Amino acid sequence: MKQNILKIIGIGILIASIQFSCNKKLDRLPTNDVTADQIYSTPQGYKQAFVKLYAAFGLTGNQGPAGNGDIQGIDEGFSDFLRLYFKAQELSTDEAVISWGDAGIQDFHNMNWSSSNPFLQGLYYRCYYQITLCNDFIRQSADDKISGRGITGADADAIKKYRTEARFLRAYQYSIVMDLFGTGPFATETDILGSFLPKQATRTELFNYVASELKAIDPDLADARTNEYGRADKAAAWALLARNYLNAEVFTGTAHYDSALIYSKKVIDAGYSLVDDYRWLMLADNNLNTNEFILTINYDGTRSQSFGGTTFLTHAPNGGSMSGSVTGVGGGWAGLRTTKNLPDLFPDLNGTADQRAEFYLPGQKLDIDNQTVFTDGLAVTKYRNVTRTGAQGSSLDYSDIDFPIFRLAEMYLIYDEAFLRNGGGDETTALSYFNKIRTRAYGGSTAGNVTSINLDLILDERARELYWEGFRRTDLIRYGKFTSDTYLWPWKGGVKGGKGVEDFRKIYPIPSSDVSANTNLKQNPGY
Amino acid sequence: MRKSITLFSKHACVLIFFIFFAFVATAQNRTVTGTVTSKEGTPLADASVTVVGQKTGVRTAADGTFSINVPANAKQLQISYVGSQAQRVDITSASNVTVALTTSAQALTDVVVIGYGSVKKKDVTGSIGQVSSKDFQKGNIVTPDQLIAGKLPGVQVTSNGGAPGSGSTIRIRGGASLNASNDPLIVIDGVPLGNNGISGAANAFSLINPNDIESFSVLKDASAAAIYGSRASNGVILITTKKGRTGKPVIDFNSTLSVAKIANKVKVLSPEEFRKFLVSHGSADQQKLVDTASTDWQDQIYQTAISTDNNLSISGGYKNMPYRFSLGYLNEEGILKTGKLSRYSLGINVSPRLFDNHLKIDLNVKTSLSENRFANEGAIGAAVSYDPTKPVYSNSTRFGGFTEYLDPTSNTGLKKLSPTNPLGLLLQRRDISEVRRSLGNAQVDYKFHFLPDLHANLNLGYDVSTGLGTIFVPDSAASAYHRTTDAKHGGINNKYRQKNANTLLEFYFNYVKEISSIKSRIDAVAGYAYQDFLTTNYNFSDYTVDNVAVSVPPDLFDKPEHTLISYYGRLNYSFNDKYFLTGTIRTDGSSRFNPNNRWSVFPSGSFAWKIKEEGFLKNSRVVSDLKLRLGYGITGQQEGIGNYDYITYYKISNSQAQYQLGNNFYQSYRPGGSYFNRKWEQTTTYNGGLDFGFANNRITGSVDYYYKETTNLLNEITQPATTNFSNKIVANVGSMKNSGVEVSLNIIPVRNKNINWDINLNGTYNTNKITKLTISSDPNYAGNRYGGISGGVGNTVLINSVGESRGSFYVYKQVYDDNGKPIDGLFADLNRDGIINEKDLYQYKSADPQYLFGASSNISFKNWSASFVLRANLGNYMYNNTFSSTGTIRSIINPLNYLNNGSVNVLATNFSGSGDKYFLSDYYIENASFLRMDNINIGYNFGKIFRNLATLVVTGSVQNVFVITKYNGLDPEISGGIDNNFYPRPRTYSVGLNLEFR
Repeated sequence: MKQNILKIIGIGILIASIQFSCNKKLDRLPTNDVTADQIYSTPQGYKQAFVKLYAAFGLTGNQGPAGNGDIQGIDEGFSDFLRLYFKAQELSTDEAVISWGDAGIQDFHNMNWSSSNPFLQGLYYRCYYQITLCNDFIRQSADDKISGRGITGADADAIKKYRTEARFLRAYQYSIVMDLFGTGPFATETDILGSFLPKQATRTELFNYVASELKAIDPDLADARTNEYGRADKAAAWALLARNYLNAEVFTGTAHYDSALIYSKKVIDAGYSLVDDYRWLMLADNNLNTNEFILTINYDGTRSQSFGGTTFLTHAPNGGSMSGSVTGVGGGWAGLRTTKNLPDLFPDLNGTADQRAEFYLPGQKLDIDNQTVFTDGLAVTKYRNVTRTGAQGSSLDYSDIDFPIFRLAEMYLIYDEAFLRNGGGDETTALSYFNKIRTRAYGGSTAGNVTSINLDLILDERARELYWEGFRRTDLIRYGKFTSDTYLWPWKGGVKGGKGVEDFRKIYPIPSSDVSANTNLKQNPGY
Repeated sequence: MRKSITLFSKHACVLIFFIFFAFVATAQNRTVTGTVTSKEGTPLADASVTVVGQKTGVRTAADGTFSINVPANAKQLQISYVGSQAQRVDITSASNVTVALTTSAQALTDVVVIGYGSVKKKDVTGSIGQVSSKDFQKGNIVTPDQLIAGKLPGVQVTSNGGAPGSGSTIRIRGGASLNASNDPLIVIDGVPLGNNGISGAANAFSLINPNDIESFSVLKDASAAAIYGSRASNGVILITTKKGRTGKPVIDFNSTLSVAKIANKVKVLSPEEFRKFLVSHGSADQQKLVDTASTDWQDQIYQTAISTDNNLSISGGYKNMPYRFSLGYLNEEGILKTGKLSRYSLGINVSPRLFDNHLKIDLNVKTSLSENRFANEGAIGAAVSYDPTKPVYSNSTRFGGFTEYLDPTSNTGLKKLSPTNPLGLLLQRRDISEVRRSLGNAQVDYKFHFLPDLHANLNLGYDVSTGLGTIFVPDSAASAYHRTTDAKHGGINNKYRQKNANTLLEFYFNYVKEISSIKSRIDAVAGYAYQDFLTTNYNFSDYTVDNVAVSVPPDLFDKPEHTLISYYGRLNYSFNDKYFLTGTIRTDGSSRFNPNNRWSVFPSGSFAWKIKEEGFLKNSRVVSDLKLRLGYGITGQQEGIGNYDYITYYKISNSQAQYQLGNNFYQSYRPGGSYFNRKWEQTTTYNGGLDFGFANNRITGSVDYYYKETTNLLNEITQPATTNFSNKIVANVGSMKNSGVEVSLNIIPVRNKNINWDINLNGTYNTNKITKLTISSDPNYAGNRYGGISGGVGNTVLINSVGESRGSFYVYKQVYDDNGKPIDGLFADLNRDGIINEKDLYQYKSADPQYLFGASSNISFKNWSASFVLRANLGNYMYNNTFSSTGTIRSIINPLNYLNNGSVNVLATNFSGSGDKYFLSDYYIENASFLRMDNINIGYNFGKIFRNLATLVVTGSVQNVFVITKYNGLDPEISGGIDNNFYPRPRTYSVGLNLEFR
């Protein structure tokens, strides 16, 4: 009996000790993934976390080309920044139509999008994803954090540069939010993840915040044209300021054309020059265009693969009778074309006089009877995954073409428009900038040069020079032509001849998913 | 802990060895023979015959006869049989006895397995359904879940298709969650299985041989299931495997030969209709694409499949040690060419009883090796849509000789984005795997010598599986032609490998005391459980045939793991054998939650009142049984979420997701989404039930009403922008209600010497409503959309919305013309804002059935037996994705300049297929209610053959006999409500024989 009791006590002690050691086993850790403290313990870790801030532009996730996306609730192939931005900025205008049946994709050109549109939702979360990454990085790279982790000297200086660029990227994405959605939730590095509900910033607040940030980081950014390829420098900040000031009247109600002119001039005077041939701009080896490109999103056919970016811009407009080789790909996706409004701006469709007319004509017709038929509307061959010498890019399936977020030609046109809108400057300079663009467009000939410029000419010139680079919606809004019936294009508003739509469509709705998740958010009027 | 398991398994081997050889036989003196029958005279097989005062015994054969060696001085035999009172018979002067046992029509003395113990069926307080082997579905059954389809109310078993070993989706009372798992917990002989599947097996459950299973207990309400608190929200299925019984060895052999044929093909345009279609809808250029052959691609990819299933078992009792060994060999072909499954299985059960029955040991091991070849199921959709005017073979050696779409201007010679030859997809892909699984446990139950009312029970269990496989596609195959970015290398030569190691340690004390002075009985359990689920994923590079890496994983392996720890207690109290009270409490900790939210308490209580035992009914001849049950309980859930999500981890990108800065490319580190405050999802269940029996239990049954409310739903919700690294994450937001009624009825219309007829009928009504989904309610926010469909990337057809059923369809309202024909692209402007966009979508019907019915009949007449099982679902709707994705002009005449075949539905709608709205037309939502005859079975018992050495039973059966439905697609019964490239369920004809030697 006694022995039995001892046995029971023994068993009891054994069980108790097993339990104690087992309860600790509820602390499980992943095999390969690391915590913030681990990643931010070395300069190399900082760099790899920093790279993600830029990679969030050019990639869709952690696994190329797809399989582990950054953004949930949208097909990963669609979730790339440029692809989504293109849809919001170009597909909603006269510059582009698409033939596909993906959920919500036809709403852009028909101008009947709702707050549940999956592409708008994807774009919104892509912008805020980059903002969230930047906030975290900025928090992790504060001076006390770096020194607390024992990083000093050149390493610490490099991290400070990263931090400044993170602030630039954040400002860039806030300005995209400001342009597209008008308002939006606002958070900075001082807001700790998961423990707050961001407040809604007005369009003016966003505008002022972006401007003050860009000016604040100006001294710390690398001098123009001195940073690594693909990284922001002072010129990138000035270029963004110039672009925002040009649209300040739309964004805030107060015009700032003088500032637009000043900042565009700062970029222009920083030593940039136009690439010799317009047709070299969007090629597989356009990383050579550093004399014109101010900041690029970098793509690579073998190492940076996704179904977005310039892969989209080379495949989607390829279809009909076009062979894949025309845009340097294995085969087209038969989606994107343009309405006749864009080709109508050029003297001829073949690019004989103005070489910027890069259209594919065989089998395509100018008029669009049906948006979903690829051969209705001209195909655009501006983006070609081949090099200047005509060699194929590194892959037939993924593009090597880098995308310039800012390039010199835009700065020329900002200067000219700001000048015309009484932002200062002088006519001789304005004309000379305009004719530089024209001379290149006409293959070095002055045949296209003009002797005077006006605002309508600038809008048309922006279309000719910058089409399919993500400017058109903003430009049409600035000129009052986006929603009104004073300017029409085929299938504007969902009817063949085009029609005006309600003014509230000048800004996109905040996705209803975020309105339902954040009680501080008020939906934009009209939606 | 794993160390102790290994240690234990070593000891177990020694123990088995000991048990086998350490006993010595004792002398026997004479033989008594006899026959055991029911009161009606039906011979009773498997009745237990023991010598009173001895431990040895035998079982009766199929004809009720037995023969037993007894000591010379033996005086009495005890005869016992499931469902009847044990009877003693004097043998002092007899060597041949005939015993007629009084059996109640319904076996009220049956024991029901519950968590951590068992109770007599008549004492059950919760809602528990039970199916034993005699009631199982018959025919060629490959996975255990199919055994109980249609057998129990409230349990929906939907097979995942016709692929070999594909298993089923099981829903008990509709499940309890949205984004977390809705799968019930499955416990085999006391080992709860993990939810982690295994690479290389179609379904982890297919690794268990159904022939080894004795019975299923389904714990449906919380009061029954709460003892499994942490994983019990969706109900618990307790599987008990066959065990040896005291007596001489019985050798059982059964063999089934089956032939499976496709029952139904997708109706597509015939080559003639296709040609006509092109003439009327195609341009001159498009008509030139029409070829000259006439091919039925579905005939090309399907085959008549032959399968065999052979099982051999030996069971009996060696002294105090019942044992059972079983061997199984299954070879199943799929009706989709190239697919097959071979499974070798071994089962061992030994149950030594030591120290005068004070120490009971149960050792269970089930091991299997399965060899699979997976058919490329992409061929199913390809065969529906491949151009019927193309020949199968091209008369050229290129692309393996298969006809493909060519484009001379493309670098591969193949037309980009065009479909691939369906037969080529099958024959040019070799995906073979080998999966080993072993699961088992050692349960040691010790009855204390000084206090026999107290038991200590230790249960050590494991479930280990490894899957490894290879995929080979030749570089001539169009599906893998020129895969590298330089378009110089092709084919696939890949490996995959995964390992699961789940371990279990449980220890509990059980105290049972009859206190007759106060007419009370106490049964108390207190215990502890530790479960660990460890998976090892090996990552391999993706290689071409000539071993050029197409992609390289950043990590060579990954070992996700999670752990559950539980403390539990249960008290059963009964008074006067009339009133029963059960209370359970359980505390669970999960490694998936942050330390503050880790632990949660799950209580339950239930009460039963045997009304029949009251004076006013006691002597009733009409009412033979009546019992009221009431139960309440809370269960938890932590499945369907990440293992480590409560803090942010950084993960490195792979080699194709590098980013260039300067002249260097970098693999970047990405922070993942996290949700610190995630906690247990909780389901509260109320259950009221009535068990009844009439006419000496010739009619028995039960009615249950249940109400379940799930709160803190593990629900994937949108995170406010800027507050998380993931815009969607599973959080605890929302609530949902489920309620329903279940009825089951067992009727014995005839029971006499020659005829036995059992009928089982059951019906379930289940309804569910989501009551909360988001933190704030935005009228513009319709809900969580899901259910991706084929056609138009990003289209989803299902939604979870507040105020609606889970899994409602979310669609546009189609407008019809005067003739009732849908008008292409015209939808109702439901919000009347003049435009058609997402705001005009509406919730329409649900994929879940409202009513489930099952009917089984077993009849035996002399040596003949016949049975069938019918099942019906009512109120379930289906999105006909085959219609919507293949039945339009645009899908048949593809804008990329090639032709597809399509559903004949295109002739009815003439839909153009342009735009992005028509996919979501409610036209494609069809009523998928159905009545299906699962199987019909006939058997003949030849009785003793081989000079009385064996009994032989031969059976013939047909499975998936017929389906009656209004649904126009291939099969109305598809889990999830989206009919898209479903692997057709074959019709299977089987012949089986069963030989029993004793």
